[in-house]
Amino acid sequence: MSTALQRPPALTTPPPARTPAARLRWTAADAWVMTKRNLAHVVRAPEEVVIYFTLPIMFVLVFGYVFGSGMALPGGGDYREFLLPGVFAMTMLYGLGATATGVAFDVDRGVVDRFRSMPMARSALVVGRSAADLVRAVLELTTLVVCGLLVGWQWRNGIGDALAAVGLILLLRLAITWIGIYLGLVVPNPDTVGVIVFPAAFPLTAPSNVFVAPELMPGWLGAVSEWNPLSSTVATTRELFGNPGFGGDSWAAQHSLLLAIGWPLVLMAIFVPLSIRQYQKLSR
Amino acid sequence: MTTNDATIVAEGLRKRYGSSYALDGLDLTVGRGVVHGLLGPNGAGKTTAVRILATLLSFDGGSARVAGHDVVTEADDVRRRIGLTGQYAAVDETLSGRQNLVMFGRLYHLSARQAKRRADDLLEQFDLTAAADRSGRTYSGGMRRRLDLAASLILAPEVLFLDEPTTGLDPRSRNDMWDAIRSLVAGGTTVLLTTQYLEEADQLAGRISVIDTGRVVAEGTADELKARIGGDRIEVVVHDVAQLGAAAAVVARVGTAEPETDADTRRVSAPVADRMAALTEVVRELQAAGVAAEDVGLRRPTLDEAFLHLTGHQAAIPEETAA
Ligand SMILES: Nc1ncnc2c1ncn2[C@@H]1O[C@H](COP(=O)(O)OP(=O)(O)OP(=O)(O)O)[C@@H](O)[C@H]1O
Ligand SMILES: [Mg+2]
Repeated sequence: MSTALQRPPALTTPPPARTPAARLRWTAADAWVMTKRNLAHVVRAPEEVVIYFTLPIMFVLVFGYVFGSGMALPGGGDYREFLLPGVFAMTMLYGLGATATGVAFDVDRGVVDRFRSMPMARSALVVGRSAADLVRAVLELTTLVVCGLLVGWQWRNGIGDALAAVGLILLLRLAITWIGIYLGLVVPNPDTVGVIVFPAAFPLTAPSNVFVAPELMPGWLGAVSEWNPLSSTVATTRELFGNPGFGGDSWAAQHSLLLAIGWPLVLMAIFVPLSIRQYQKLSR
Repeated sequence: MTTNDATIVAEGLRKRYGSSYALDGLDLTVGRGVVHGLLGPNGAGKTTAVRILATLLSFDGGSARVAGHDVVTEADDVRRRIGLTGQYAAVDETLSGRQNLVMFGRLYHLSARQAKRRADDLLEQFDLTAAADRSGRTYSGGMRRRLDLAASLILAPEVLFLDEPTTGLDPRSRNDMWDAIRSLVAGGTTVLLTTQYLEEADQLAGRISVIDTGRVVAEGTADELKARIGGDRIEVVVHDVAQLGAAAAVVARVGTAEPETDADTRRVSAPVADRMAALTEVVRELQAAGVAAEDVGLRRPTLDEAFLHLTGHQAAIPEETAA
């Protein structure tokens, strides 16, 4: 501030969007700015991403090689091929922590106050977070696919089905970003949120078909596992990738595609409005 | 000044947290192109008032207009016309200074080129060019505050809210900040400034509202308030308590009110109008009267004293009007 401050040249911002179409344009433009911001974070703090990559790769190695040799599949087949779709989905679930911490960090540091004092679309912050985390998920998934190919996993039903499977995995991740956004807004303390997310996420992976086929579990646990949103996505993607271990006699197992689409939509129908309400509550 | 040409008008603002009121009927009128100080101790409600006026906080009663628009029903119109530098720097600490300013410019819906140019100008003006591409995390507290202020000036706002802008700054940075505020106001911006420091309000603000427990307890120019508080005091400590009476007589001639004497500390003090003249005169007259002084000094009232005084006044007003 050695130089005297001049009154800045007249810069004008367009008047507030009044029509629904103009509002939508603003929301999209602002959400895009926020998406780029969150991606810039990834570039500026890559170590965080590395941590999120390390965990699933470790799961592949530990379960694929250490426990995998002792794991049987009901219909036979290679355990590592069975495992990979599960790890894809599980990695999406653990993204919950990154999303929630990111949101909590923003709210805690007061930068959200500046956003809220500006004439930007109110939903841009959360929509931008969700979009950026989806881009991140694509990066994570790409890494995992490469890892998978290296340990012998492959897709057997053609690229079309494989891409459909990837779409379902990302749909699950999208739903999970909104749960994360909600958590980050409810517990706006980055340290606390990090501590509660992992204990909350882990029980979701255990009663699921990620590591073990539900048919091999005790009755009630198998039922819980088959209805687990994670399992629906995993079972469906196993089928689409042509990997072993899908199917079963229960309704949930028979309709896993329906559930793999339905569960994320249901979760979003719950958590998108909840998040928006919680975001508006910041003005209390 | 009528409320029509005022830039900020708040009437009877109330904000409740649980069973207590952070604001309890706050009235405020701020004219165009001035610095208005909100002075108050911790918990007085300064931040609450600023956050309500900056559309960040809902409230339970009253109404407020900023730059001609209602903060609730026309919040977007208000947001286009205000800048806010809160008590804690509200910038993205992971991004660089430049990335921050460009991002905020884009969120004000400037074009990419405008946002970039504006960021460059502001970085230059706030002496941040050298650090422009470093992550905000590596900035010192003062640099972060400057970046924060720069971010609130992207649009040359009509109204700028500054919540304790110099808390935690060293004297040099504080003076820089004061200069920046002065030149903004010279350019026509209206500034609402909160502070805990009487001196800061004195330096910058044309008018000051003193707030305590959520309402305005006194309002006026710095001089008017000081006159009410009692302004500077001259204080004499005599060597020999027997001479306290003689010293009091000297102080009484110079002071603007009856001197207060305290035999235990051998001290006599009184408010004065012209600091330096009073000091010279007291020293000279004490000498002439043969009073041996251990200490002669000028003392500014502390904010605590000011508050005791102002809240005392407020309690006394009903009695005065009754008389
Ligand atoms: N979110 C909140 N929940 C409960 N009480 C609150 C909240 N925010 C503020 N308060 C209370 O409202 C009162 C006014 O707070 P405010 O932050 O406006 O004071 P201030 O004048 O800015 O103080 P300081 O000088 O410490 O910044 C305080 O008693 C505070 O405890
Ligand atoms: Mg405050």
